[in-house]
Amino acid sequence: MNDVAPLLMVKDLGVTYHLKGGRRFEALKGVNLSVAPGETVGLVGESGSGKTTIGRVILGQTMAQTGSIIFNGDDITHASRARRRALGRDIQVVFQDPYGSLNPVRSIGQTLAEPLIGEAGLTRTAIATRVADILQKVGMPADTASRYPAQFSGGQRQRIAIARAVIARPKLIICDEPVSALDLSVQAQVLNLLNQLQREMGLSLLFISHDLTVVRHVSRRTIVLYRGEIVEEGATESLHENPQHPYTKALLAAAPIPDPARQRARREQRHAPDLTPAQDR
Amino acid sequence: MSPQAGSASAAAPSAAPVSLLRRLLARPLAVLALSWLGLVLVASLLAPWIAPYDPLDQDLLNMRQGPTLAHWLGTDALGRDLLSRLLYGGLPALTGIVEALVVAGLLGVGIGVTAGFYRGRYDRFIVQAVDLVMSLPAIVVLLSILSIFHNSMFAAMISVGLLGSAGIIRVVRSATLAVGSELYIEAARIAGLSDFAIITRHVIARIAGTIIVQLSLFAAVVVLIQTGISFLGLGVPPPAPSWGGMIFDAASVLNNDAFMLVPPGVTVALSVLAFALIGDGLRDGLAERWMQRGGAGVTTPNRASAPPPAPMLAPNPEAVLSLRGLVIHAQGRSQPLVDGLDFDLMAGETLGIVGESGSGKTLSVLSTIGLLPSGTVVSAGEMLVNGGRHDLSDPRRLQGLRGTVLGMIFQEPMAALDPCFTIGTHLTEVLRARGGLSRRAAKVRATELLREVKINDPEDVARRYPHQISGGMAQRVGIARALALRPKILIADEPTTALDVTVQAEILDLMRALATSNNMAMLLVTHDWGVVADICDRALVLYRGKLVETAPVAEIFSAPQHPYTAALLRANPHNAVPGAELPTVADVWQQQALIP
Repeated sequence: MNDVAPLLMVKDLGVTYHLKGGRRFEALKGVNLSVAPGETVGLVGESGSGKTTIGRVILGQTMAQTGSIIFNGDDITHASRARRRALGRDIQVVFQDPYGSLNPVRSIGQTLAEPLIGEAGLTRTAIATRVADILQKVGMPADTASRYPAQFSGGQRQRIAIARAVIARPKLIICDEPVSALDLSVQAQVLNLLNQLQREMGLSLLFISHDLTVVRHVSRRTIVLYRGEIVEEGATESLHENPQHPYTKALLAAAPIPDPARQRARREQRHAPDLTPAQDR
Repeated sequence: MSPQAGSASAAAPSAAPVSLLRRLLARPLAVLALSWLGLVLVASLLAPWIAPYDPLDQDLLNMRQGPTLAHWLGTDALGRDLLSRLLYGGLPALTGIVEALVVAGLLGVGIGVTAGFYRGRYDRFIVQAVDLVMSLPAIVVLLSILSIFHNSMFAAMISVGLLGSAGIIRVVRSATLAVGSELYIEAARIAGLSDFAIITRHVIARIAGTIIVQLSLFAAVVVLIQTGISFLGLGVPPPAPSWGGMIFDAASVLNNDAFMLVPPGVTVALSVLAFALIGDGLRDGLAERWMQRGGAGVTTPNRASAPPPAPMLAPNPEAVLSLRGLVIHAQGRSQPLVDGLDFDLMAGETLGIVGESGSGKTLSVLSTIGLLPSGTVVSAGEMLVNGGRHDLSDPRRLQGLRGTVLGMIFQEPMAALDPCFTIGTHLTEVLRARGGLSRRAAKVRATELLREVKINDPEDVARRYPHQISGGMAQRVGIARALALRPKILIADEPTTALDVTVQAEILDLMRALATSNNMAMLLVTHDWGVVADICDRALVLYRGKLVETAPVAEIFSAPQHPYTAALLRANPHNAVPGAELPTVADVWQQQALIP
């Protein structure tokens, strides 16, 4: 994995939010991570861990105070607006909320055509063909393009959001909790779709989630974030089988598993040693 | 929400895209309003050719006549033909409206949208300027403008547009602010769209309804202002015909001949109304295009004939709560949301109600305390609880059960607390109103309750407001409030879904401990099989409002009886080989009909 130059490198990233009343909140404290071409990296953490902030900085939605973001060899930490717009073709996003991420007044075709705007020399028919192709790829019927978001279910909207993310053939997609709002059956379809697109298109994914089980399913490498710092990083399987950091252990122990007998054993084990996390405040 | 339902409904033949004009023409009121304004416009443009008389021609032999064959709308005090004057007065009126509308529209939308979109210093400056303009007395400004520009109606209408733009800026700006933080704006920016493209394609398209309504209301106001200016003899100087001037003429002889007021008065009133109606029609027509919902009910498997009503099971004497024959409908829909559900909750048992969105799991438990969301009704259903038989279709009768027999905790712990009151007040209000405790006793008991839900510093927490505590703490408070009146049964609707996993584990532990120590039975709604495995004794699986199967958890996980349950369990990535294709529920669905 380290023999190829990484597609994305995040170096010593620090972000501080200034809150009301002069208080400051350090969302990220010197985070380092990298994503290789064609790799899926899972980013796991609870609320307040800073996992979403990392995605926002890479996408240029939040400014970094310290550190740098290197994409494809270029430093894009303080990219100009014009450069950012061009980057839109290379770095894309899938948000958690499939209801908020599509403009209700724009047809699906109009929404899907947006990332193609930067590509010079695309005719109207060429765009329509690309839209039809991508809709077929994500398993949506052909007449989807002329319809509006209100006509689709949450799972279908998430497919459309994924279609928008991949239509311009980007190199990297930031997936910010892409299946957290979905039902189990729909979640399985969306995970399958992401895995399939990733293989076919050679995409790199930064998969942000609070759910270790979902992350285990899509990523070979997992990074665990706690209060703005990376506490553990490694191959997903070994991180699950043999977690090193107490927080990773607590996180794994807290997630209930769908097996009553084993879950009872885990619960008793969780209570036995002094691993219980401090009471939430 | 089933995947199959979605693809099938999307494949259903869709109506060809309907143009906005066609949608507008489908509304009778809008058609009437359009026809009226169209008539006024055409008649005003053709005035020189169709007017029967010169508007200034005086016929002193036929003064103040009512409608006659020669003068269809009668004549005024100087014997001038009212119909001709009305026709000739139309064009200046319409021109003035267009002038004011263009100015107000361009300024209002342009400045309002940019201020709301870019925010910051520019926005603050605009807001101050708008406040300043709105505080100016419009009539004084207009009169000074008219005196400077020698009664120029053009100058007056441009000024009206300027003054009116302030109100439009205000509304458009706040609509833009609301839209500006939407995810799809972020997505468009990430896709590389320029600000101009985002504003025109996303923001303005989204708030078009608001803009149209504002402009149409403004147009209606302009008609009145314009009439008022002419009424004062400014703008269009007499004897030239104008609607306002005609009203002035009529007013001066009101006591002798009231009819003279009718032609200009009705014209002005109808025009004002027409503008407002067209605005409404346009807004609704625009919204209709994108608000059309996919027919979720289309693919619901229709049975050829309804099965005979199942004989109602006798209530189980050992159950603390028995539900029989629960049917819930959305108002105006024939397909029930919950269709003949029976279940028993045993003493000390924790029963998990499991299902996906649209399965009716939340509706089923909310019906037991009479708190169904508006638009849904219990059509049939009985509950046996606490030695009484309750008809669930009468939610008011269930009020007495809330809190004392059935305690409830909700999914969003923060939303369940009122931000205006302290944590302590949330608890004492229940204890005093329903528990009959004194202020002092309630306070003591509230502290006790907080300690019961393992809050370390109850006195301190009781003094805090909801925004000062974490989500996990808020859910503890929610549980404390549900327990305040010592209910026999605790109902929890996805109590940990909004929480982090580590906090979820603590809350589940707490609920388990409280159920044991208070000897409560629990009814837990969840979509999460992990939660079911952790805390439930028995699970009940729902699909589209029907019971799929119920079994003790050990059995449901090891040997699910129904293929739907098995498919749901397999779709969980926990049981899958990492990276492998996950079996989806739709796969199973295609193999066999699964409707129970």
